[in-house]
Amino acid sequence: MAKMMSGVLGAFKYEDAAVDAIKGLKAKGFKDLTVYSAAPNHHLEEALDQPVSWVRAFTLIGGLTGCAAGFGMTLWMSYDWPLMVGGKPIGAIPPYVVLGFELTILYGALSTVAGVIILSAMKSLKGRPFKPEFSDDTIGIFVPCPPEQRGTVRKFLEDVGSDEVSEHGA
Amino acid sequence: MTATLHDHPHPNMTHADVTRDVVATLQTPSRGYYLALFSAIGLFLVGAVTFLALLKDGLGLAGYTPPVFWSVYITTFVFWVGIGHAGTLISAILFLFRSPWRTAVYRSTEAMTVFAVMTAGLFPIIHIGRQWIFYWLLPYPNQRWLWPNFKSPLIWDVFAISTYLTVSTTFLVVGLVPDIAAVRDKMTGWRKKLYSALSIGWTGADSQWRHYSRGYLYLAALATPLVLSVHSVVSWDFAMSIIPGWHGTIFAPYFVAGAIYSGIGMVLTLVIPLRKVLKIEHMITEYHFDNLAKLTLLTGSILFYAYAMEYFVGWYSSNIFEQTTFWRRAFGPQWWSGWTMIICNAFVSQLLWFKKIRTNLTSLFVISIFINIGMWFERYVIITSSLANDFLPFAWGQMNPTWADWGILVGSFGWFGMYFLLFARTFPVVAIQEIKEMIPMPRRKKGAH
Repeated sequence: MAKMMSGVLGAFKYEDAAVDAIKGLKAKGFKDLTVYSAAPNHHLEEALDQPVSWVRAFTLIGGLTGCAAGFGMTLWMSYDWPLMVGGKPIGAIPPYVVLGFELTILYGALSTVAGVIILSAMKSLKGRPFKPEFSDDTIGIFVPCPPEQRGTVRKFLEDVGSDEVSEHGA
Repeated sequence: MTATLHDHPHPNMTHADVTRDVVATLQTPSRGYYLALFSAIGLFLVGAVTFLALLKDGLGLAGYTPPVFWSVYITTFVFWVGIGHAGTLISAILFLFRSPWRTAVYRSTEAMTVFAVMTAGLFPIIHIGRQWIFYWLLPYPNQRWLWPNFKSPLIWDVFAISTYLTVSTTFLVVGLVPDIAAVRDKMTGWRKKLYSALSIGWTGADSQWRHYSRGYLYLAALATPLVLSVHSVVSWDFAMSIIPGWHGTIFAPYFVAGAIYSGIGMVLTLVIPLRKVLKIEHMITEYHFDNLAKLTLLTGSILFYAYAMEYFVGWYSSNIFEQTTFWRRAFGPQWWSGWTMIICNAFVSQLLWFKKIRTNLTSLFVISIFINIGMWFERYVIITSSLANDFLPFAWGQMNPTWADWGILVGSFGWFGMYFLLFARTFPVVAIQEIKEMIPMPRRKKGAH
C-alpha cells in the first residue's frame, strides 16, 4: 500500500463552503490541492481555475492520423493491385471519403480515450486519502502540507465550514 | 410526496437519493426479471439451433427465391443497426444540445445501441453463406495480396459498422466509469472487488474530471456525425445500385430518420417495463416519456414525408420500372407488408400529437410495438419488393420466408434481450453522475455564488 501523504482532508456537504475553502487555500499558497466530487461541478472548476485539458490535442492528432490512414490505405491498396471497377479511376477519391471519414472518427475517439487515461494518470493520486462519501454526496478537499502546518490548515478548513476534518500521514 | 425528477429544473432529490436508488437496482432482482431473462435465453437458443442448421445445410434453408437473394437476414440487419441510432442520438447529440431530459434515459439507450449493433453485426455474417470465411471482408494481406474493393458500399458498411460498434462501446464504457466507482463505494464483499477493478482507480478527483469532461465532450462530438453517417452508409448499400425503388437520393436522410424513429420505439418498449421492474418510476417519469414521444412524432413525420416523396418521385420519374415497383408495393402480391409499414410508421406516429397519448404509458407501449413491427416491415418492403420486381417481368419472383428466416429473427431478439437484461442487472441503467450534475448541491448561503 502506498505511503500516506502528509496533509489535511476536509469533507464538505455544502458547495459554497467548499468553494470558499478552495479560494482561501489558493490565496494562502496551497497549489497542489485534490478536490473530490461525485459529479463535475462548474463552481469548483471556477474556484480551481485550471487550464483547459490537453485531451483536445489527442483528439485532433488521432483524427488527422485516422483520416490519413483511411485515404492512405484505400489509395495504396488500389494501386498495389490495379483493377478497373465500374469504369471509375483506380484511385477514386469520392468513394474513399467514406473510409477516410470512418477512420477519422475511429482513431479520434480511441485517441481521445487514451488521452483521458494518460493525462489523468500524469497526476498520481497515490498516498492521497479518499473517502467513499466523495462519490456520493460530499465534496472532499485534500491539502498536502508538512506535519507542522497541519494544525493551521485544519483550523482554516473548520472555520470555512468543513463538516469533517482529518489529518493524514506520518 | 415522493421525490421525483418530474419537476425539473428544480428536482427535489438529493445526491444521496440518486446513489441509493440506482444502487438499489443492482440488488436481488425480481421474479419478473428472471422470467424475462430466461425467455430471452430461450429465444436465443432457437436462433442458435437455426444457425447450426444453416451451417450444416447452407442458405438453401432460408426462403431465398430468384431474384430475391437479399431478404430477411439483410432486413433484420438494417433493423438492428437502426435501433442503435436512437441511443447515440440521445446520448451524444442531445448531450451537445444540453438537453436536460436525456440524463435519466441515456444510459439504457446507449446500452441498447451497443447490443443492437452487436446483434446487427451477426447478420451480414449469417447472410454470406460460408460464415467461416467472413474475414475476407477485411483488408488483410492474403495469399495473392488482393485487397477489398473500396468502391463497394458493402465494404464501406464493414468499416462504418465496425467503427460504430467500437465508438459506441467506448462511449458507453467511458460514461460508466464514474458510476461504477459510485456503486463500488456502496458495495461490500466480492462485488466491491469487482466494481473496484472495473472503476480503474476512479476517485472523482479534479485532475480526473478535468480531462474526463473534455474527453466525453469530444467523444460526443465525434459520435454525432458518426451516427448520421452509419445509416447513410447502410442506405447506400441500396441506393448506389440501379435497382428500381432503391436508386434514390432521398435514401440517406430517409434511413437516418427511420433509424432514429425505430430506435426510440425500442427505447419505449424496453424502458417502460424496465422502470417498473427496477422500481425507478420516480427517476424516469412522464416528463421523459413525453419528450421521447415528441422525438418519435418528429421522426415519424419525417418518415411520413419520405414515404410520400418516394411514391411521388416514383410517379413523377415517368420511369416505368420505378412506377411498377411502387405500384406493386401497394397493390402487388405482398401488399400487406407495404400497408403494414405505412400504417405503423406514418399513421400511428401521428397519434402522438395528443399529449394525453404521449403521457399515457400503456398507449405509448402499444405504439412502440407498432413502431417495431412497422420498421422491420419497412426494411422488408424496401429490400424484397425492389428485388422481386426488377426490370424484366419474366424474371420476377416472390420470396416467402421459411422457418430458417424466422428462427434467426427470433433468435436475434433473444440475443439482444439477454445482453440488455444482464447489463441492467450488473451496471447502473440510470446515469448517476449526470443526474447529480443536474441537481444543485446544498448551499449555506441561499442564492449566493
